[in-house]
Amino acid sequence: MTNYTQGVYPISEKQAIAQDTYSFTLYCPAVAENAKPGQFVHILPKGYGLRRPISIAGIDKEKGMLRLVFAVRGKGTESLAGLNKGDFMDMIAPLGHGFTLFPEAEHVVLVGGGIGVPPMLPLAAYYGSKATVISGFRSFPQVILQEDLAQYCAKTICCTEDGSAGTVKGFVTAPLSDLLREGVNAVYACGPQAMLKAVARACIESGTYCEVSLEERMACGIGACLGCACRTKDADGNEKYLHVCKNGPVFRAEEVQW
Amino acid sequence: MADLSVDLCGVTFKNPIIPASGVFGYGREYEEFYPLSALGGIATKGTTGSLRTGNLAPRIAETPAGMLNSVGLQNPGIDAFIERELPDLLTKDTVILANIAGSTPEECAEVAAKLDRTDVHMIELNISCPNVKQGGAAFGTSCIMAEQVTASVRKATTKPLVVKLSPNVTSITDIAKAVEAAGADAVSLINTLLGMRIDIRSRRPVLHNNVGGLSGPAIFPVAVRMVWQVANAVQIPVIGMGGVSSGEDAIELMMAGASAVQVGMACFTDPYAPVKIIREMDEFLNTNHIASVRDIIGTVQPW
Repeated sequence: MTNYTQGVYPISEKQAIAQDTYSFTLYCPAVAENAKPGQFVHILPKGYGLRRPISIAGIDKEKGMLRLVFAVRGKGTESLAGLNKGDFMDMIAPLGHGFTLFPEAEHVVLVGGGIGVPPMLPLAAYYGSKATVISGFRSFPQVILQEDLAQYCAKTICCTEDGSAGTVKGFVTAPLSDLLREGVNAVYACGPQAMLKAVARACIESGTYCEVSLEERMACGIGACLGCACRTKDADGNEKYLHVCKNGPVFRAEEVQW
Repeated sequence: MADLSVDLCGVTFKNPIIPASGVFGYGREYEEFYPLSALGGIATKGTTGSLRTGNLAPRIAETPAGMLNSVGLQNPGIDAFIERELPDLLTKDTVILANIAGSTPEECAEVAAKLDRTDVHMIELNISCPNVKQGGAAFGTSCIMAEQVTASVRKATTKPLVVKLSPNVTSITDIAKAVEAAGADAVSLINTLLGMRIDIRSRRPVLHNNVGGLSGPAIFPVAVRMVWQVANAVQIPVIGMGGVSSGEDAIELMMAGASAVQVGMACFTDPYAPVKIIREMDEFLNTNHIASVRDIIGTVQPW
């Protein structure tokens, strides 16, 4: 289990990185010390009743910093996006359990779709040149973090649905299938449900280990309220609801009942 | 420091603040923030005769000054609760109210009978869950059904029995009187108000269950009104809840007639909400030279 805390942390950096998409860096040494790739934070926009779950996009234990990248989805995230350097964020973190890391892996593939790309960054930092990243976006204005990923990884493949940016026109699944045929040790994915479902199916068919990071509407964020249900099947075929905040947000691909 | 202790059905609470059923699980997750002994009591997640998986997601939607939920009583069943959760909870030096529900009066009675053989301090019978098809709200919206289910649970246990009432009724005082007559030792109110939101782009309800229970500050004035009406209609104590998010809210609900106060959605906004509310109540009492929180119960002076 994680050791999470609630606290109010100063913003040390803010940057608009694409249309309606922002990168914030918070100074929170104790949280950064405990945080793992794939975990998330639960942030309260001032004046709102529920917190917003946001994935961790960077962990700098030495500087005590956590990086968060999120898109404005509604009034709550809009209010968060309005904060500036020197302002504070009320955050419960780190939450959930992250990705399983394989120190022995030789080649892993990180698949991010849209605002599902940010949680791939800490994995890219961990695997370095052993990782290939495939990111997918609707169109050029949504493309984010390509330079950040390239700084760590052996190869970055950027796909856009309309071909307005990147090297591939279309979905992430085409370049993924090519890589799966070559053989990879593990695939990690985060993004829209349709993308995750396709990635999970491709990995299961090729017998490749795959973990997906899910998103769901949440209240408590710590596993008490049972709001963020995810339908899963265990190894014996028993269906049950697990919870994205506590049992996830990372699940094994074959566990999830799409 | 003021005396914050209250007595309810022969059980002493060190303070009147109780996290409400459904928001707090069995307390484990909140123990990361503070010891559970800081709380007056804990109302545990609603437990049924056997395991329930709950509703499909989305189960949560934020609304202005509130939220909708349609969790659907997901719980591991009473045997698992008694075996895995209750023994540990009973060591936490706080009053445990085991919240129970069922599809039939017989199921509720069976669950209560199993709890009767444990050391749990109180039973809170939920006759007002809006998120399950059978039982739940159906019991809580008819005087006859409310009376029947209360009577059958009453026969199954000698534990103090609190019946949790639905606000989705024409006259909550009639329901309160019915359960009092059937042997309830106290009533708790209000459960959530039935609500709905629609995503106008997809034309789909935001909740997969289509409808869900509204809680949070938005419903607080409704809670104050209903607590006041019920406290004036019955002889048994009232536990108030519904959108309480500050010590002042809790004081207000107690002035309306509540002997203790449950805290729901505020725990999501701030996990420390229950302990902050306790501290704020103490501050209010000290500032106003009130020796005991018991001295404010039902002291509203209506026009």
